[in-house]
Amino acid sequence: MKMDLILRITTKLLIPFMLLFALYVQFHGDYGPGGGFQAGVITAAMVILYALIFGLKAAQRVVPVSVVQFMVPLGVLVYTGVGVYTMFKGGEFLNYNLLGHDRVHAQEWGILLVEIGVYITVSGTMTAIFYMFAGRGR
Amino acid sequence: MEALINMVLLTLLAIVTIGVIRMKNLFAVVILSGIYSFLMASVFIVLDAVDVAMTEASVGAGISTVLLLGTLYLTKSEETEPLHKPYVALFLAAVTAGALIYGTLGLPPFGAPDAPIHLHVANRYIENWKEETGVPNVVTSVLASYRGFDTLGETAVIFTAGIGVLLLLKGRKSPGAETPDMQAEAVAARAAAREAEAEADAEDNLS
Repeated sequence: MKMDLILRITTKLLIPFMLLFALYVQFHGDYGPGGGFQAGVITAAMVILYALIFGLKAAQRVVPVSVVQFMVPLGVLVYTGVGVYTMFKGGEFLNYNLLGHDRVHAQEWGILLVEIGVYITVSGTMTAIFYMFAGRGR
Repeated sequence: MEALINMVLLTLLAIVTIGVIRMKNLFAVVILSGIYSFLMASVFIVLDAVDVAMTEASVGAGISTVLLLGTLYLTKSEETEPLHKPYVALFLAAVTAGALIYGTLGLPPFGAPDAPIHLHVANRYIENWKEETGVPNVVTSVLASYRGFDTLGETAVIFTAGIGVLLLLKGRKSPGAETPDMQAEAVAARAAAREAEAEADAEDNLS
């Protein structure tokens, strides 16, 4: 796609806003629609767009395969880690109330951490699946 | 107004569905299924389910369309003719559809406040979520706090799907990743050599 100047420039302009929107959806999920799952998919879509326009190799230089594959289990570990931590604090699995001093604050922390776990696994998995499909030549 | 929008959207959904069934060009089918997902997302927005609409638009219309296009690149883009008449499948589909439509007759009317799903824990969440979680979006509080176990299960499902695809598609490539390409190149080189020879022969014959 060396000649598609318009596509390349538009993609370059779009990508930072896609990442910004993903982070907005992630951290504004407490107030508006969205959360870890949607933010993860938008982030994966950003990597996929980059790979479609600039080639798979360029995308894998920015987001290496090993990083993406590491993210697939990492998110689940973050999520269960929150649960195990609350168990160590003497409560039930995923009882967020033990994460802070007052109840509402603790709940917000729990939801934030858990959503980050979802984000890591979803964005990693979607990107990894795309890499796998795109990496198979005919 | 809302009823009109719903009717337009659902009619378009039906048209797109018939298009998906009738088309033989798989590229067109993939694009139509992307359009189907966008229409579905619009229906969800009309139903005030913004979170679901967002997911449908990004996953259904975005990622899965890209993945299907990636698959098309690896296969042919024309549907092959079926080898036999699919009457058994048609019969099974008709029976299942009939059973499902019969089942919908027993459902409570759309949006009924006394439907069983609205009488269980939903009211408790709606009454107490602000004091208990302090998160302004009730959907987020239900997903991540009240139903934290469910969301953990969903994350585990995505993790499992990702690992499954990685194992399936990676295993093929590992030891002899280069060999098919190299064989193909060798075959192509030999064919080119043969063609050159044949041309040379033809020229000899002419002269």
